[in-house]
Amino acid sequence: MKSFSLLSRGTGVAFLAPAGLLVGAFVIAPFFWVIFVSFTNRSLLGRTAVDPDFVGLANYFSLFDAATFFTRGEFGSSLILTIQFVLLSAVVGQAALGMLLAWMLQSVPKSLKHVTETVAIGAWILPEVVIAFAWFAFLDYENGTLNMIMEALGFPPGDWLLSFPFWAIVVFNTWRGTAFSMMLFNSAFASIPPSYFQAADVAGASSWQKFRDIGLPLIRGHVVTDLILITMWSFNVFTPFLLTSGGPSYRTEILPIYTYRIAFRDFDFGKGAAVGVVVMLINLVFALFYLWVMRRRAKGVAA
Amino acid sequence: MTRYLGLYFTRIGFSVATALIGVFFALPLVWFIFAPFNPRAELGLSIPEPFSLTNFEAVFQNGFAMRGLWNSLVQSVGGVILVGAGATLASYALSRSPIPGKSVITYILLLFSSVVSGSAAMVPIFLIINGIGLIDTQIAVILVFAGGLLPTAMFILRDFIDSIPKSYEESAMVAGASPVQAFFDVALPVIRPGIVVVVVWAFVSIWGSFLIPFILLRSSEKMPASVAIYSFYSEAGTPIVTLLAAYSLLYSLPVVILYLLVSWKFGFRFFGGIKA
Repeated sequence: MKSFSLLSRGTGVAFLAPAGLLVGAFVIAPFFWVIFVSFTNRSLLGRTAVDPDFVGLANYFSLFDAATFFTRGEFGSSLILTIQFVLLSAVVGQAALGMLLAWMLQSVPKSLKHVTETVAIGAWILPEVVIAFAWFAFLDYENGTLNMIMEALGFPPGDWLLSFPFWAIVVFNTWRGTAFSMMLFNSAFASIPPSYFQAADVAGASSWQKFRDIGLPLIRGHVVTDLILITMWSFNVFTPFLLTSGGPSYRTEILPIYTYRIAFRDFDFGKGAAVGVVVMLINLVFALFYLWVMRRRAKGVAA
Repeated sequence: MTRYLGLYFTRIGFSVATALIGVFFALPLVWFIFAPFNPRAELGLSIPEPFSLTNFEAVFQNGFAMRGLWNSLVQSVGGVILVGAGATLASYALSRSPIPGKSVITYILLLFSSVVSGSAAMVPIFLIINGIGLIDTQIAVILVFAGGLLPTAMFILRDFIDSIPKSYEESAMVAGASPVQAFFDVALPVIRPGIVVVVVWAFVSIWGSFLIPFILLRSSEKMPASVAIYSFYSEAGTPIVTLLAAYSLLYSLPVVILYLLVSWKFGFRFFGGIKA
């Protein structure tokens, strides 16, 4: 029997068309266009802006040139910086702090839980330029709140954005993004039947034992989801640009900022596109892994 | 007895640690509570004496600043209309029509949209917009955001529509409605809460974003607030703190209000699942 469907195929295609056109033009086309541009010497100005030459793999050779690969301000150095940034601010910072918070929030007074969640979520939902400016004021050498606290506690003040720029953006990104992990783990913990923990309480288990033997194993799937998502987001985040512009002397120039400088400051679109291709390939690995995890989980539920 | 004592101490320890982490999250924002109301605000933290609204007056009189907020509104609303309408139609088609490979389409779109991030694709996005002659127009910003947000919006809405029984529309059609009527008069009102979720999410995403308008717009009278805010610097390059603080607060207000509305209406967990 032919199954009855509500929309004819023609109407269905018509309904799909507007979204399809927009996604095609501004998501799918850029994906292929960037690959094409990365094989040219396209620039913003001059002859190569209108009539770029095909240069083969030259842009990629220049990115992976062994002589300059690790030089500060070059691609390799930026890639390594980005990996450190993602590991420290997303995996260690956001995920671990989010997990710690979510676990502790299970057993603290309601009002404290509410206030802590509110400020963490505030850090997460406010517009990025506002957050960046708040941090700029917070870290200011002469008047900033942080140095005010340091002096009150008897420590010497620091010029944080000059002396520790990399750690500044790591802490900044941790601060900015922890709310997501916190909320995800929070709802994951909340979905565990309370009787599991009550039984452990009766047996006299410590909080750490409950976390290690009950909490963590039962939300393992959520941890994987969280890690993949926040890794991808931090890998592509442009917000630190608003705090440091990539400086001083390229010390906070993670790949999105590097791409921006090559393409829109040096006007080297070909090379900027090549960086974009590498970033997208890395994104693709994470996204495929994520879909694979999701599909495996969907099958596991069905079985 | 010792067991309860142990639980008690754990609770106290956790409360202290949570409070400290809460302070860590609050500190960078404390300055923002006071500076907008302080006519002599600097980067340092100080309690305004007296609280005053002169900073806001200065912002309201600054045509360029107000224009930035207006442009943000135009770009966000424009993007939201395209995302809302496009995603509703498309996900309805994916849910209800016999198009082959429907779930593959959804997943491929989702895959593309997570791979093609703004920072990876800034070069081709700029070149495509430049190529179709839309550089330095607000419509360019609207179109790029609509394309980028649509796959996720479709994914969310499709889940939503799949959970609605087909019998709603079927009975309408038995009563003589055309498929398009069944969509507009029967399905649409039922899907509305899902559309609200998508629309709020898209609005907040566009309202707060910096990179796309930053690379696509050149003339200052088209800049949204996120880019316009960088004009509040004196010629020496130092920020005009009083203006910046008041402006930042005004600019943050819609996001905060929407968040409160949504968490009041849909519960707290809504923002957890979806963010670009």
